[in-house]
Amino acid sequence: MDSTQTGGLEQEKNSFDTKAIWRTFWILLGITVFELIVAIIYFETHFFPKHLLNGVFVIMTLAKAFFIVAEFMHLGHEIRNLIMTIAIPACLFIWFLIAFLWDGSSYHDLRMRYDGYQYEQSKTKVKPAEKHEEGKKPGVE
Amino acid sequence: MAHTVPVGQKWWSGGKSPFNVEYGKLMMWYFLMSDAFTFGAFLISYGTIRFSSTSWPDPNEVFRSFPVIGEMSVPLAFVSLMTFILIMSSVTMVMAVGAGQVHDRKAVIKWMFLTILGGLAFLGCQAWEWTHLHAEGAWWGRNPFPNIDGTQSTTNFTNYFFTITGFHGFHVFSGVIINICMLIKTWRGDFERTGHYLMIEKAGLYWHFVDLVWVFVFTCFYLL
Repeated sequence: MDSTQTGGLEQEKNSFDTKAIWRTFWILLGITVFELIVAIIYFETHFFPKHLLNGVFVIMTLAKAFFIVAEFMHLGHEIRNLIMTIAIPACLFIWFLIAFLWDGSSYHDLRMRYDGYQYEQSKTKVKPAEKHEEGKKPGVE
Repeated sequence: MAHTVPVGQKWWSGGKSPFNVEYGKLMMWYFLMSDAFTFGAFLISYGTIRFSSTSWPDPNEVFRSFPVIGEMSVPLAFVSLMTFILIMSSVTMVMAVGAGQVHDRKAVIKWMFLTILGGLAFLGCQAWEWTHLHAEGAWWGRNPFPNIDGTQSTTNFTNYFFTITGFHGFHVFSGVIINICMLIKTWRGDFERTGHYLMIEKAGLYWHFVDLVWVFVFTCFYLL
């Protein structure tokens, strides 16, 4: 035990595992490809409700983040206390997200109820021609 | 998996590293924490505005172009290529770190070089994407894309898109610069003299963080 501490920093020497890295790579790639396929299927068919899909995307993203941090950044192999000094402050994001998205949706509701102009705007369609003109600008590759 | 400190050991009494990592590496972690909150603030602000909006442009409509193939619509293809490049360069970075741990200087040089190439490729892709969107009329304060439900959109979409991908791109850029410095130092044999390649590990942490942020940017702008 003590020999690892005198050489403390060298201890990782043999912890490097090429196989685990490639496995992580394939997991990340697989998740990304899956996300893209689902996104494109949704785009073509509007098969499932978008809210459900967004939930799937968020979970997938968090999974990817976990693998990057734990394997690529090697945090999963560090001492528990170190993991905690990173993981516990990161929990602030939970509050951060809930509070601000809640605020945003409340603002949305207030606008729809009290702001007549915004309400009108949200019901008025713009000419679809505008979009196509933009897309067909010459010189655009 | 995670090591636990053995019971009864005076881990914090001095003389050893309580977290068993070098000081600079620990501080890199804490810097990345603060950077994560900066990016988090950007992305959550984006989310707040998006939640407060009645509708939003459809990413599948906006990001549907690919170089060379012209007007053919391939939703999200280009950005998936960018994602692939960045994940790949993360892998080469891990390889460089691993090679550094066994003091294989030649391999470190090879993997660092590939990582830098990946970073430059990503930046090139982003430059193309920005140029293309700019040519379509999108920029800070200008948004040619209507909302998905056909209503008039605001410039919030483009403002956030260019600010956040720009901030991320700047991180990639500085990451590439850092990696180039590390490559030069490796090549000169600086790390052989100091006896460890911890600088490569610190640069690696930063580089993976850039990849990590991209995962979130990718989801927030292109998928949701």
